[in-house]
Amino acid sequence: MSVTHDARVQVRPATAQRPALRGWPEINNPAAWIVAVILLIMPLIANGFFLIEIFATTLILGTMALSLMLLAGYAGMVSLMQLTIAGFAAYMVAVFGVSGNANISLGWPWWLAVPMALALATIFGTFGGALAVRTEGIYTIMITLAIGAAFYYFTNQNWAIFNGHTGINTVATPHFWGVDWRADIPFYYIVLAVAALCYFAVEYVSRAPFGLALQGVRDNPRRMAALGFNVNAHRVAAYAVASFIAALAGVLQVWNYRQISPGSVSVGACIDVLIIAVVGGITRPIGPYIGALIFVLLRTFALDFLVKIGLDGNRFRLLIGLGFLAIVFWSSDGVIGLWQRWRQSQRPAANRAGGGGRGHG
Amino acid sequence: MDSVAQRLSAVGAGAALELRGVTRLFGALAALTDVTITVRPGERRAVLGSNGAGKTTLFNCITGDFPPSSGTIRFFGEDVTHFPPYERIRRGLRRTYQISALFPGLTVQDNVYLACRGVSRGRFSFLRPGQNDALMHAADNLVQAVHLAGVKDQPVAELAHGQQRQLEIALALAGAPRFVLFDEPAAGLSPTERQELVEILTSLPAHIGYIIIEHDMDVALRVVESVTMMHNGRIFKEGLPQEIESDPEVQELYLGGGHE
Repeated sequence: MSVTHDARVQVRPATAQRPALRGWPEINNPAAWIVAVILLIMPLIANGFFLIEIFATTLILGTMALSLMLLAGYAGMVSLMQLTIAGFAAYMVAVFGVSGNANISLGWPWWLAVPMALALATIFGTFGGALAVRTEGIYTIMITLAIGAAFYYFTNQNWAIFNGHTGINTVATPHFWGVDWRADIPFYYIVLAVAALCYFAVEYVSRAPFGLALQGVRDNPRRMAALGFNVNAHRVAAYAVASFIAALAGVLQVWNYRQISPGSVSVGACIDVLIIAVVGGITRPIGPYIGALIFVLLRTFALDFLVKIGLDGNRFRLLIGLGFLAIVFWSSDGVIGLWQRWRQSQRPAANRAGGGGRGHG
Repeated sequence: MDSVAQRLSAVGAGAALELRGVTRLFGALAALTDVTITVRPGERRAVLGSNGAGKTTLFNCITGDFPPSSGTIRFFGEDVTHFPPYERIRRGLRRTYQISALFPGLTVQDNVYLACRGVSRGRFSFLRPGQNDALMHAADNLVQAVHLAGVKDQPVAELAHGQQRQLEIALALAGAPRFVLFDEPAAGLSPTERQELVEILTSLPAHIGYIIIEHDMDVALRVVESVTMMHNGRIFKEGLPQEIESDPEVQELYLGGGHE
């Protein structure tokens, strides 16, 4: 809770542009257009490794962290089970769809298996949320962590559905219209489309009654009840929406790796999602994606870097940990908070120099 | 202002708010003991009493923030004793808080919009309000009514104390209130702001009744027609403002020697 509280305080300096936030701030922002174009033409620039291992993975992890951002940033609830929900959806795709483990997979076509997986994972997450909303603050974290840990150990020990510690391998990916949608370029565009959809949906809903009500619940749940809102119903609904987003990311993840095993839903991986969201910043939907990019870049390249300076390459988590410490120490609202404050400090200088002339207008 | 008798005869027998034997315990401490109050629709009443007399606990029991330990609460004839707060609010009950309970991360406009949305349908709507959204207009009107139109796009965290108190009132007047509980609305206000507060309260439509907790007698006695005096969690005395003001027991207990 204190994370979100501090974040709120930090947002204040940027309020001069508040009215613009009512609509779509991206439309007037040239940087956003540049990022959009780069993302769209990425297959022309990047090779398969970068396209999938860096950018698609970033977008998938970012979407998982986006579901946490929705809960923590708007509704003030820190959930550690977002990766568990994604993992549950991934398992369900493997169980209902086609995989190398024919004794387990039911062999449904992907267009039946995926909606089933999304529905079941959303129900699972909503049920977990209904338990978690009975508590506040640290107890919410504990309950969701307990759900995540329980799911991890359950998948390890259950062979009938989850195939124990070996997991489910060679999960089939969609082929239709003559396209292998798991080939690097088509898969990148699927991931990009889902991530963009989730990002804009969260951005849109944040200004709709549902999103405003969540922010009201975050700021003062008691007053929300005194305004006629059923606070717990809103919290559970937030879990339902966040679960659906996490489940979408989970489906993409199982298509990405073509397998799912307990290692993918470990407690450590659950905490990674929290780190991604906090490092990026949970005050705005873009934060989780920035956090995911930093996380993926560190995870991929820190190894080489560490070896180069004479350390054990497996210590890449040390770098992530130090980065996490630095971020929460200097900027409680993550990288986007740093960025906003830097912009803020630049603006008066620019206004003085340019006589108030502000670029595009 | 009409006399109490005129008001009472005009509204008939149905009570807006009826508390019977309401008791609220906090552990062994009885914050309220056997409180029985009847307030008629449109009636405006002050609740006076020293700190710890149980005034705010009374409000919390009426709104359901803390349910009473025993006793019944009826709101326009309906037994709401076991209703959650939001069900009572949707029936036309409103309250303000002694310490402003606002949404500091949202703008003034969004605060008021939430208040309007809370007592109407579409609380879970995923669609942004359009240009001609009726509730947006309602929110605009309320923002103007409490003189906050100039700061409506500012986050509440940036408002001055007096503006926050005005917003606190606006949130309680959203939708179609039938009865409002004002918990020390003048706390921390300047004399000018107190005058504005009195104007807001006296200009409320006559069908909206309220109970006001207020230590400032200049404010309290100008905006009410009846007074309930509380002491140690019990009803101590009820009457017209001038009766209470001149009652020697009340003076002894509450106004003290320093009032003259």
